[in-house]
Amino acid sequence: MSQSILPNSSNSLAPNPALAEMTTGENELANFVQETLALTQRLFIQLQRRPSTLMAGVIQPLMWLILFGALFYKAPQGLFGFDVNYGQFLAPGIIVFTAFSGALNAGLPVMFDREFGFLNRLLVAPLTTRYSIVAASTLYIIALAFIQTGVIVGASALLGAGLPGIGGLIAIATIVFLIVLGVTALSLGLAFALPGHIELIAVIFVTNLPLLFASTALAPLSFMANWLKWVASFNPLTYAIEPIRYLYFNSDWGLNSVVMTAPWGEMNFAVVLTVLVLFDGVVLALIQPLLRRRFA
Amino acid sequence: MAAAVVIEHLKKKYGATEAVKDISFHVEKGEIFGLLGPNGAGKSTTIRCLCTLAKPDEGKIEVCGVSVRDRPKEARKYFGYVAQEVALDKMLTGRELLKLQAALYHLPSALARQRIEQLLNLLGLQDYGDQKTGTYSGGLRRRLDLASGLLHQPQLLVLDEPTVGLDIESRFVMWDFLRQLREAGTTVLITSHYLEEIDALADRLAIIDRGLVLAEGSPSQLKDQVGGDRVTLRIREFTPPQEAQQAKQQLQTLPFVEEVIINEAQGHSLNLVVQRDCNPLTQIEQNLQSIGLPTFSLAQSRPSLDDVYLAATGRTLMDAELAAAGTRDIKKEQKQAMKS
Repeated sequence: MSQSILPNSSNSLAPNPALAEMTTGENELANFVQETLALTQRLFIQLQRRPSTLMAGVIQPLMWLILFGALFYKAPQGLFGFDVNYGQFLAPGIIVFTAFSGALNAGLPVMFDREFGFLNRLLVAPLTTRYSIVAASTLYIIALAFIQTGVIVGASALLGAGLPGIGGLIAIATIVFLIVLGVTALSLGLAFALPGHIELIAVIFVTNLPLLFASTALAPLSFMANWLKWVASFNPLTYAIEPIRYLYFNSDWGLNSVVMTAPWGEMNFAVVLTVLVLFDGVVLALIQPLLRRRFA
Repeated sequence: MAAAVVIEHLKKKYGATEAVKDISFHVEKGEIFGLLGPNGAGKSTTIRCLCTLAKPDEGKIEVCGVSVRDRPKEARKYFGYVAQEVALDKMLTGRELLKLQAALYHLPSALARQRIEQLLNLLGLQDYGDQKTGTYSGGLRRRLDLASGLLHQPQLLVLDEPTVGLDIESRFVMWDFLRQLREAGTTVLITSHYLEEIDALADRLAIIDRGLVLAEGSPSQLKDQVGGDRVTLRIREFTPPQEAQQAKQQLQTLPFVEEVIINEAQGHSLNLVVQRDCNPLTQIEQNLQSIGLPTFSLAQSRPSLDDVYLAATGRTLMDAELAAAGTRDIKKEQKQAMKS
């Protein structure tokens, strides 16, 4: 079998219908993995040759951490709820915000591929499913978010915020994964729905900072005006920040630890995680029709 | 055996613009088929529908017997596509791009490596394989795109305006390569607004204008169909219209003259269709002298593809190009193409 599909070297311009039959293979999953990995590899080659995005993505949160930490340096210890200084309070917020910003930009490379026509190269290929394009971007962004998170966790430890245990780090990784998955999907959906990169950048610009300020990244719910407290309690970022903050300041934690107090009551770890999973599910469902329209 | 391409009554609108009104043609296996027409005639839209990049509004499209509309995923395996605007990832090397392409077509890695080396050699890219495509010249980019279209050894290669922007030498290399492909048994569908390209390459062609197929056949068939020899006459370098009219009326009385057309775009020169194998030039000149008109230039030729085009569309290809260039909004078209 494998012999017959090898092209005759003397006539490598000849068509080979057997190849089309063979790659029709029953093994759809293997094909999906092959195309997704190849597309992911492309993004990593780009990153390796053009590392400025990643460098900026690491430097920026460090600046946040240092500058914001210094801004509120003399705020009384314990003002922010736990018995900690502001720098310690801030670290979880910066972790989530950084992952969120990266994920929000995930659609940009796809938008540029659309505008430059590179996407056509992918769309005329017999991909098992065009969701491999989405999967590749998601894998790439999650990998970046983990690198950034690692750096911030390390830097926060050096700045005195402490370091959660192994279980805590795994929990942080899970939460970062959940928030990145949903936001990346949202951004990719926009990359297919909006007319061009100018519009996409506008949406990113308008979303990014307001979502930060309307979350508990910089200040606890108890500091906020009542209306903002409500808004922040619906913000997915809050659901990622609060459990990570809890992990940072409590060495013993479990699924029933109360990690967040919304205006309507207390929520434990399990509930907050469920909300994040639901957020991902809703976003993926929402973008389905968008992707299908493009991917018919 | 199914034809390589069957397109029947294809229709496609972008907003209010009818890019393709009604296009039908067949491409047989093993031939080079040319779609000839000016920019904006609907060639690219037809190709986009064929290659599953745009959804047709109506009509039947098949590639190697597979319906593109019903089973797009399967159809994609049977053709390779070389786009008009070559889109390469400039951060990747040629080899890396081909490797990505091979994975998108699910080639096993050993076979992919072998095909990549073969094609780099065949297309004279072996020295450039490890350079980033951002450093490539136009000719190299086109060759790499050709290689990526052929990696999976498709039965059909579709090329949209493959020699636009290439220098003469690269164009000849491309023609030669496409002929080799045909000799090896690959069917080639090519669009072009260059008459000579289609004349030199195509076994058969379809002339497309304003979203319609106006003629289909082999170049020699189509030339025979348009009848006798062509005579181009200029009375003066720039002839006053009334003199051209006068000459027209006089020449129409000659028994061997079948048709006289005044070409306003060419300084009111006269295009005559005359019976084949007569010797008309002396008689025409004498006739003009008899009514007191001079002769600036006078030439006879067999019908060219341009004459076929003129007969089919009522304008020369160059005039159509000029007319289209004035009315097209390229930016808008790109946006629409992105949306669909």
